[in-house]
Amino acid sequence: MTPGETPGGTPGAAAEEPRAGRRARRTAVTSPRTAAARRPRYPATREIDEQTGLGEVYMRSLLRTQFRLALFVCTVLACVVGGLPLLFLLIPELREVELLGVPLPWAVLAGLIYPAFVLGAWLYVRQAERNERHFAELVERR
Amino acid sequence: MSLTAVLVVVVAAVLIGAFGIRVSRTTSDFYVASRTVSPLWNASAIGGEYLSAASFLGVAGLILAFGVDMLWLPVGWTGGYLVLLVLVSAPLRRSGAYTLPDFAEARLESMTVRRTASVLVVLIGWLYLMPQFQSAGLVLREITGAPPWAGGLLVALVVAVNVLSGGMRSITFVQAFQYWLKLTALAVPLVFLLMAWRANGAPGVSAADAATWQTPLSGGREYGLYSTYSLILATFLGTMGLPHVLVRFYTNPDGRAARRTTLVVLSLLGAFYLMPAMYGWLGRLYAADLTRTDTVVLTLPARMIGGTLGDLLTALLTAGAFAAFLSTSSGLTVSVAGVIAQDLLKGGVRSFRIATLMAVVVPLGLALWARQLPVADVVGLAFAVAASSFCPLLVLGIWWRRLTTTGALAGLLVGGGLACGAVLATITGTPYDGFTTALLAQPAAWTVPIAFVVMVAVSFLTPHRVPANVARVMVRLHTPENLDLNRGDWRPRSS
Repeated sequence: MTPGETPGGTPGAAAEEPRAGRRARRTAVTSPRTAAARRPRYPATREIDEQTGLGEVYMRSLLRTQFRLALFVCTVLACVVGGLPLLFLLIPELREVELLGVPLPWAVLAGLIYPAFVLGAWLYVRQAERNERHFAELVERR
Repeated sequence: MSLTAVLVVVVAAVLIGAFGIRVSRTTSDFYVASRTVSPLWNASAIGGEYLSAASFLGVAGLILAFGVDMLWLPVGWTGGYLVLLVLVSAPLRRSGAYTLPDFAEARLESMTVRRTASVLVVLIGWLYLMPQFQSAGLVLREITGAPPWAGGLLVALVVAVNVLSGGMRSITFVQAFQYWLKLTALAVPLVFLLMAWRANGAPGVSAADAATWQTPLSGGREYGLYSTYSLILATFLGTMGLPHVLVRFYTNPDGRAARRTTLVVLSLLGAFYLMPAMYGWLGRLYAADLTRTDTVVLTLPARMIGGTLGDLLTALLTAGAFAAFLSTSSGLTVSVAGVIAQDLLKGGVRSFRIATLMAVVVPLGLALWARQLPVADVVGLAFAVAASSFCPLLVLGIWWRRLTTTGALAGLLVGGGLACGAVLATITGTPYDGFTTALLAQPAAWTVPIAFVVMVAVSFLTPHRVPANVARVMVRLHTPENLDLNRGDWRPRSS
């Protein structure tokens, strides 16, 4: 039974005599009604287009997911980048450490930090695209 | 020989640019190459456009002069793309705007905010162009003994001709070519220099340098910790607000491609920035006596190798340096001219041509008048202005629905105004003492937080000025393009 149909039963039943209609009504109240209630009236894209409360919920969930991801990356970046000068300031011994013959501050700032950036960016792109795919699946589900 | 190299680069840039003439017929072609540029081309073009004289010459010079603390400049210039990637790239592309003022108008529905953004774009562009012209003069004087204005004039002319003849399409191909030229021009001589260094017994820096120059936060500049943090803030947050960088994102087909392009850009920049540090370090060994340290990259081959090979390598480096001047100046000129043409003149192809001349002549005048600062420092100031004005506008505009028109305007004016004031005080060189100098030379640490606070606070005070269409704009900014959604009917004015 499609959601458009009411507990009144099939059109054929309605046209018949009351005796048949009563039988149809008895079956209609139970299962099809709950199946209809579970289905959305419109696809979610239309909820978003018409800026209904439900559409807003969809949009907020997308924004929040993406913003949390962005904030996470920025926080890690801030800790690494903001922490390095402080680390060199508070632990002067680190300045003397050598990595393969190169002083540690040079090895980090002139070399290792760049592949780290690329790795971070790659992980971010992967996760952001995954978030968008989930959103698309959610919205286009019929 | 170096002069020949300069001429080859100049002629090549003009020729490659000329191929774009056929395709740039309509206004839309002029601005963003009709959005048919492939991702690798696009990423190379962003790299080529971004790596300016400051990266090619300036960073090594500052490292030679002030040591390891200056490594934060290239780190910030690369890391800025990571911040741009996570906060801005995809939504900005999806906004459909061609320029920063377009974005301001699309998001805040206000012509006043749009015009304010236009003025800031022009100021940042001029501030960024000025040191490019100055260093072109410096390099041409170094190789031919020409007067300092000659190099700047040469670059300005080539850029104007190139932009006028082809618009952005030609520039995209020129830029992509220039990235690979710059990478080669820096990498090949470096191999020979390192071989010469090994043949010389692989010496290390002197004991005095090892104690101060080579270790972080010990010597070099005054107020090292403050300057380091301010520099980090300016570079990481300023990248997203540079007009010539953002215009490149509109040539991606969609938001997803914009992200992927940024990832490629990060790799390309990372590869490039491994080298200036080595030049700076070798410079400390072999050229510590230089007064204008911006030329260290060009002087090393003659000092360490000499002979015909040294001459050849110097020629290659000079070619790379001119590629850097041309590419960055072209990109900036296109962006600044586009904004002047649309927002200060009538718009259309004819205005774009007049605007191109305005975009080039003013910084050329500034380059002759302002005092000579290290090129990377002046470029750093442009980043500080961008970080104090466009960074809050973009980040809050993209992620915060309650940003109001008044709030955005107040933030742009206060943040941009304070940063511009500090810049003006620094480049005119009025003497200040001690900490004031550090505050003015590296303003980002105080101007960026002030700009954010003003933008948020004024938005809270004027809740009735939230743009009416904010919900629709958020759909446009954040949903993937493959979904069939109503994204509003706003179109940039330049199309």
